[in-house]
Amino acid sequence: MTNRLIAPMLLILAALLTAVPAMSAEVDPERMRNLEKELRCLVCQNQSIADSHADLAADLRKELERLMREGKTDDEIRAWMVERYGDFVLYRPPFKPMTWALWLGPFVLLGLGAIIIYRVTTTSRKSDSEAAAVDPEKLKAALGRGKDA
Amino acid sequence: MNKLIWSLPFLLIVALILLLGRGLELDPREVDSPLINKPAPRFESTTLQTGEPTSLDDILGEVTLLNVWASWCVACRQEHPLINQLARSGVVRIVGLNYKDERVNGLRWLEQHGDPYAWSVVDGDGRIGIDYGVYGVPETFVIDAKGQIRAKRIGPVTPDYISGELIPLIQQLKQENTPSS
Repeated sequence: MTNRLIAPMLLILAALLTAVPAMSAEVDPERMRNLEKELRCLVCQNQSIADSHADLAADLRKELERLMREGKTDDEIRAWMVERYGDFVLYRPPFKPMTWALWLGPFVLLGLGAIIIYRVTTTSRKSDSEAAAVDPEKLKAALGRGKDA
Repeated sequence: MNKLIWSLPFLLIVALILLLGRGLELDPREVDSPLINKPAPRFESTTLQTGEPTSLDDILGEVTLLNVWASWCVACRQEHPLINQLARSGVVRIVGLNYKDERVNGLRWLEQHGDPYAWSVVDGDGRIGIDYGVYGVPETFVIDAKGQIRAKRIGPVTPDYISGELIPLIQQLKQENTPSS
């Protein structure tokens, strides 16, 4: 029974395995779409070249397709874009001295905030414990004097 | 110490205001070209005027202004009188890059507005433009005698830019080119 099932499954598997290389010779639309989405169109700067209707974006999509057909990797294609338009084309800027503030800034601010919160809360806790350290005898005496008056 | 911590939010806000205020003064359309001080990208094409083959080699050997223009480009019309004037002054050789244009339209445009170019390189499909990182016509590249890109102007040139930056740079580059020994 199981043997009968294995044969067609193996056939399907074989078909899939041969189909995959045939597909990668073509341009994988999903890979292209992902690349386009992380590249900025410099004509309308807040759009990626996937979204932009600018002429240049259409030309760049064509160039991307050509580079992918030539078998270039994503990194090579990104480098190709940066060579021409600078880091600004990347929606995910590289980590380098120029962009340290950009990448690390939020964490520095978070750390600063944490330090401030820590200091503020520990000082108020200290004053709380000072309040608790009031001598109960003295307190009673003070309250008692208040009642007498 | 405590005082310092309490004044920190205030200091941060002041710093933020200064940072954002500076941002208002910058023009986000002007992106520094990564091509500055790099060799000008090679190209092979034809000239608009005569259809002869032309390549980057024709530009080398002399300080040259590469002005990217198109007949459909409105801002090009705005800067064109200045380019004409610059060409007449003979300060520098100007070569055009006719970007994504129809030959007929380009030639007619030069007829109407004047032709300041030693020659114009045809870039019908914009591939040369992409290699030069062109994204906002008109653009103007200063290429030195050795073929290095030394400056790039995005958008139309202005009289201030020409007299304040372009001409001093060209003079400096021309001096570099004449061997002093």
